[in-house]
Amino acid sequence: MKEIVVISGKGGTGKTSITASFAKINGKEALTADCDVDAADMHLLLQPDFDNKKDFYSGQLAYINPEKCINCFKCKKACQFDAVEVINDTFQINELNCEGCGYCYHVCPSQAITMKDALAGETYLSKTRMGTTLAHAALGIGADNSGKLVTEVKNMAKKEAERQNSAYILVDGTPGIGCPVTASVTGANYVVIVTEPSLSGQHDLERAYELVKNFSIPAGCIINKNNLNPDVTKKIKSWAKENGIKILAEIPYNENFVKSLTDGMTIIEYDEKLNKLIHQAWDNIVEDVGGL
Amino acid sequence: MKITIASGKGGTGKTTLSANLATLLSNLVTNTNVVLADLDVEEPNSGIFIKGEKVKDEKKYKPIPEWIPEKCTFCNKCKEVCNFNAIIMLPENVLVFPELCHSCYACVDLCPEDALKMKDHQIGNLTHFKQSNLNFIEGELAIGEQQAVPMIAQTIDYTNKNYPEDSLFIYDAPPGTSCPVIESVKDTDFVVLVTEPTPFGLHDLKLSVETMKKIGKKFGVVINRHGIGKKDVETFCREENIPVLGRIPNMEKIAKEYAKGELLLKIPEVKEELMHIIQNIESETNSHFNLRDQS
Repeated sequence: MKEIVVISGKGGTGKTSITASFAKINGKEALTADCDVDAADMHLLLQPDFDNKKDFYSGQLAYINPEKCINCFKCKKACQFDAVEVINDTFQINELNCEGCGYCYHVCPSQAITMKDALAGETYLSKTRMGTTLAHAALGIGADNSGKLVTEVKNMAKKEAERQNSAYILVDGTPGIGCPVTASVTGANYVVIVTEPSLSGQHDLERAYELVKNFSIPAGCIINKNNLNPDVTKKIKSWAKENGIKILAEIPYNENFVKSLTDGMTIIEYDEKLNKLIHQAWDNIVEDVGGL
Repeated sequence: MKITIASGKGGTGKTTLSANLATLLSNLVTNTNVVLADLDVEEPNSGIFIKGEKVKDEKKYKPIPEWIPEKCTFCNKCKEVCNFNAIIMLPENVLVFPELCHSCYACVDLCPEDALKMKDHQIGNLTHFKQSNLNFIEGELAIGEQQAVPMIAQTIDYTNKNYPEDSLFIYDAPPGTSCPVIESVKDTDFVVLVTEPTPFGLHDLKLSVETMKKIGKKFGVVINRHGIGKKDVETFCREENIPVLGRIPNMEKIAKEYAKGELLLKIPEVKEELMHIIQNIESETNSHFNLRDQS
């Protein structure tokens, strides 16, 4: 079983559309995991049934029992995050500010504070419209995206992939370079970085690869909208060559990218040219990581 | 006045709008500082569009505990109180994992032997550029660091300490709806949600709208790449009574200038929409930016 993670550094480069196409190409050979839990969109293309819903708890939140509180201010002094508020002489926790560190709980002399597990989101293990399996999640509003939910989705996917004896796990990763990306990339066999030839795209690609390098995982690159700026495309290609990164495919700007999305379809179902290019990218990946 | 430019989905045009809006405002206001802060600290890009003279470059730190072996009795208290598993107690050693530490001070303050003290751990860089009336502050998270929030908080802090309250602050937020976004909008007066008229754009806009409602922020929507996809975003905004502040057209020229790292103020269609957006923000917030006469 090989785990292939698609990331981008910069958002909006076509990560999800491309991952969904890889899922379509591989059918039941692959299990898909949408780890972009902060803005999960894969379900719009694969139309899963949101089955096996489970609450996901991560971290804690403090709660002050007003009956026991003696207004001593110790919790407020201890808190580094301004999470203790005094409203009409009542001490209470601002949940958006609370980091769940528990310092207040330890210093409270009247046992008025309890730490409660925080509901951080929901996970699902679904059947898609193609009959394949999708592990996905929805992060709660303003929840702490510490990467734990990403890890949970990946673990669900791994377990199910083992049960189904899948050849591949396809992971739609998150933009950026922080904890959710680290969680997406950890344990992968191959990383696909989707970029676009804008200065922003190039900058974010290089930063994302700095992170990938720390994991010593082989990486390939897809240049989307490669005709947007030929100069930057050239620079990205020579940068990739210097770093031993294979260019998996170059995709010219294509209106059908958006049109297929609007119709809730993957780009390979919609456009023959895109179909060929995405197949070529996938073949290149398989060449690099091998089969089962 | 503090305005945060945010979006659920990445790549919708947050940075494009922030950089162009801030530059245009800095050309138009009189006697007001315009401060643009890039809070997308994981992938800061505003600096590609804003060139200016570097006036400050400083390292940013978060406090983490440092173990003082001579004082430690291995009582295990620090490990017990750490809710983030950032401390490991070995038979002859105490290990601290800086990237897991949330700087809550519980271990340091509750250690009965004073065997831990806080020291600085670098999390990123802050750079300050100045271009005539525009001040641009970039926060950048160091690669390998896991938490964006402390870097965002320190970047905001820098703008607050260096500029009077009557300045015009534009914050370029990270994508999503989780804690880094909350940190970026917490202290602002108005949030501009940038979206695109596609199913992904609409879906993620709905998440952002829910977020803003939950934390009680005033907000409006800017539709970027207007003309592609369907009318669902417009319909959603109308039904939810959300003001559409402006519509930036889908033009090849915009994409090309953006890719080169150029601002878009020379494109009349863009400048006109930016003026609309400014006027609409003024009326939504009942404020007046004292713009110079445009004739």
